[in-house]
Amino acid sequence: MFEYEFMVNAFEAETIVAIAASLVGYFLVLRGQTFAGHALSHVGFAGATGAVLMGVSPLLGLLAATVLAGAGMGFLGERFQHRDVAIGIVLAMSLGCGLLFLHFFTAYAAQATALLFGNVLGVEAPTVLALLGLGVVTVAGLAVISRPLLFATLQPELAEAKGVSLRGVSVLFLVIVALATAASVQIVGILLVFTLMIAPAAAAQRVTIRLWPGLLLSVVLALVEAWFGLTLAFYTDWPTSFWITALGAAFYVLALIGRRGAPVHRHEHVHEHTHAHGHERHVRKQGASASPGLDKPERMPPLVEEMSAQARSLSSQNHEH
Amino acid sequence: MEALAFSDVTLELADRIILSRVSFSIEEGEFVGLLGPNGAGKTTLLRALLGLVPATTGRIRVFSGAAAGADEAIGYMPQTRSSNVGLRLSGWDFVACAAKGQRFGLPLLDRALRFDVDRAIALVDAAGLARRPLVELSGGERQRLLLAQALLGKPRLLLLDEPLLSLDLNHQKSIVSLVSELNRELGLTVLFSAHEINPLVGAIDRVLYLGNRQAAIGTVDEVITSAVLSRLYGTDIDVVRLQARVFVMAGAFEIERDEHRHDV
Ligand SMILES: Nc1ncnc2c1ncn2[C@@H]1O[C@H](COP(=O)(O)OP(=O)(O)OP(=O)(O)O)[C@@H](O)[C@H]1O
Ligand SMILES: [Mg+2]
Repeated sequence: MFEYEFMVNAFEAETIVAIAASLVGYFLVLRGQTFAGHALSHVGFAGATGAVLMGVSPLLGLLAATVLAGAGMGFLGERFQHRDVAIGIVLAMSLGCGLLFLHFFTAYAAQATALLFGNVLGVEAPTVLALLGLGVVTVAGLAVISRPLLFATLQPELAEAKGVSLRGVSVLFLVIVALATAASVQIVGILLVFTLMIAPAAAAQRVTIRLWPGLLLSVVLALVEAWFGLTLAFYTDWPTSFWITALGAAFYVLALIGRRGAPVHRHEHVHEHTHAHGHERHVRKQGASASPGLDKPERMPPLVEEMSAQARSLSSQNHEH
Repeated sequence: MEALAFSDVTLELADRIILSRVSFSIEEGEFVGLLGPNGAGKTTLLRALLGLVPATTGRIRVFSGAAAGADEAIGYMPQTRSSNVGLRLSGWDFVACAAKGQRFGLPLLDRALRFDVDRAIALVDAAGLARRPLVELSGGERQRLLLAQALLGKPRLLLLDEPLLSLDLNHQKSIVSLVSELNRELGLTVLFSAHEINPLVGAIDRVLYLGNRQAAIGTVDEVITSAVLSRLYGTDIDVVRLQARVFVMAGAFEIERDEHRHDV
């Protein structure tokens, strides 16, 4: 399949974006900000369609909108970032605006689908270059702030006491998320950014509790999703984005099942664990501790629910046309 | 030698006076309990020592320098135990995030820092906890990891904000004796905030009691008295001693307890 130039471009684009998106996604999952990240891509929809209306490149409009929204969200602070209703309203409003812009410019129906669901097979060489630029900036930015970001995420009060600017870190991070989002939209579209950013990271965090192995696994899973998604799309002629979402969901489910199926492996280190404080010395029973926490719902909306919500919002859009 | 001192210090938050013209000093190597009712300003006082709340009058000195400059010498355990983030990470990674975590760059620790993390974890006896994800740890177990974080970088002064919160009696005892050991064996100065005096009696050298924008410092016998506490609470307080325990009563209520019942 590499005899086709569009396949080569697609593989390059996906490789770049998978690496950037999965690294950013790892921190999004860690910070419990997945929904905020999801909303950013929807703001991008209004930006991209607005740009088309004004005769500017949609990628520029997309970038401008996501970066502004990311920075704004960062300034508004932690409280806003965890207000799902407020974020949801911004998200819906952006989709609405995007729809209005499209309404004024009906000739672009094909472009709208590409924006919403991605069109990696249509990526051309200049776009690959633009993605490379975005990817490098994203990863480099993350490399610079990841240490204080981790500190501020896990221990905000202590980080503040040690001189970390919580707001500064938050703004920078969300701007980086915005860049990664803009890049991901080129591959899987606005509605499915979640799958490339969040699914690999969430699966990786289910498999390993260590930081670096988690980051690494997150990247590997994203690459496998992207490459296999493309290959499967090539041979089945089904949309690439479908395969990427399917693989993302499959990995996540496998990670959940794998963890539950292998409690012995998970707790192998626990046998030796004792509290060494006299009266409370006891050994944790591994079976019994097979964690109540494991089933605890995370802040992140489950992938499946998310996808069906998107399907619903989409079918209602189609009605209007 | 003096570890920290307030001289004539006023602390304000959003134009509300929290402490008004307070003076006291704490010597190096002392273990001091910081007490007072909810909202008395314990957390604010500790944050002021970290340079996060400026003094509107007077001066705060930490190791004879300004408060903000003493980051390196201070180990801090915040009161707010956030929350729902990072729960899938191991206890080790959680402790390690605070090892020079303010530096830019990758969260990669060199040998010396990794050793420091291991040392801090060993000090609080949490090697087993460090290999498990935070989500599986109980409140008390997490508290132990927080204490390990405060011990990173060999601090000389520990500021511990409510380390006993939501712990049962046994775990309270084990934390107090652990801190007491660190205080004695490593010579650390400790300022330890708590809601109740009883778990600390016998372990602490002195009490710093806040209330009514004022502060009183002295031994338990000097401070936990009807006269001093009546002034700090602004109402008549009786102090009743029963065997080794102290009960602080306003009328028929035991206030140190009843006020904080919501925490339990
Ligand atoms: N950011 C803030 N802005 C304004 N007032 C504040 C702020 N934070 C705290 N306060 C107020 O300052 C007072 C002191 O708060 P502080 O947290 O220091 O009390 P505390 O003694 O630690 O109480 P607790 O026992 O509940 O932990 C309280 O009355 C509180 O309402
Ligand atoms: Mg407090």
